Amino acid sequence: MSFINYSSREINCKIVYYGPGLCGKTTNLQYIYNKTSSEAKGKMISLATETERTLFFDFLPLSMGDIHGFKTRFHLYTVPGQVFYDASRKLILKGVDGVVFVADSQIERMEANLESLDNLRENLEEHGFDLDKLPYVVQYNKQDLPNAAPIEELKNLLNPTNVPDYPAIATTGEGVFQTLKAVAKLVLLELKKKR
Amino acid sequence: MDVLYVEEYQAIQNVVERLYRDSNSMAVLLIDKNGQEIASAGQIEELDTTSLSSLTAGNVAATGGIAKLLAEKEFTGQTHEGEHTNIHITIVAQRIILVVLFDQHTSLGLVRLRVKKASKELEGILDSINSKTQQPSQPSIFEEITDDDIDNLFNDD
Repeated sequence: MSFINYSSREINCKIVYYGPGLCGKTTNLQYIYNKTSSEAKGKMISLATETERTLFFDFLPLSMGDIHGFKTRFHLYTVPGQVFYDASRKLILKGVDGVVFVADSQIERMEANLESLDNLRENLEEHGFDLDKLPYVVQYNKQDLPNAAPIEELKNLLNPTNVPDYPAIATTGEGVFQTLKAVAKLVLLELKKKR
Repeated sequence: MDVLYVEEYQAIQNVVERLYRDSNSMAVLLIDKNGQEIASAGQIEELDTTSLSSLTAGNVAATGGIAKLLAEKEFTGQTHEGEHTNIHITIVAQRIILVVLFDQHTSLGLVRLRVKKASKELEGILDSINSKTQQPSQPSIFEEITDDDIDNLFNDD
């Protein structure tokens, strides 16, 4: 849940990167971390296994500039993508303000994408959220791989509600900041709408 | 908590500072269950309070998940002992997390005692924040912010 502090003049929001295992959620955050100036970011925390698979979450605090003297601060989280970490995924969605679904564009990962998308919807519902009402964007990652499905097909399958979506190559950063900016903007617009 | 006004912030800050002094601890941190820092006192210059807040909230969420599996409502308190620093974590009013970092200059007993008193005071303040945010007349920063302002924030390239 967003947190507006009138004393420190800060607007704090939480964005969660969701998606199947190995789709590139952590890579998105790592790219953002590497390309952001040190005054705009805090430490990136990765709670990962010895083989660098996300165990609980990655966390990156980021400042995105001031509006009317209020600092906008975004806390970016990733969830562990592997199916059996569902209990942890649920915990991280608590209090979320905006969601990025990172899809793996490879044809053979389509079932995993769909399963993760269903899981996202279910887990949000448990927290009383409706994905269709939440600031939400989709990213089609790994566009550089030869077995990537065509964008149109990805759109049809993974973005039936036609939310903003972006092709991406998280390893080189293509589409990474577009995705982040799009969801951050939706979050602020939604906050404004609610007041 | 989603909005914190100056007046209540000051009241919370006072409680946190008093707890820091009365418990003879190293630092006190108040964070919400989503990992946002609300207030802090003590020796925090060397401390990455943002990371500490996020990790503590994750820890509390995971412990809460374990409680649920065991059909417990929640584990309200936990303590971790280190070689030099100990950490005491309590949940206040089921909503916010009070963290006390302490060393050998005090005892867990004293920390617990002071935390109990501070928790009661914080509960009162939280109640007043709750009733205040429910009043529609409260001014909001978002009244001044236009959609264009939000657009401009992201138009730097």
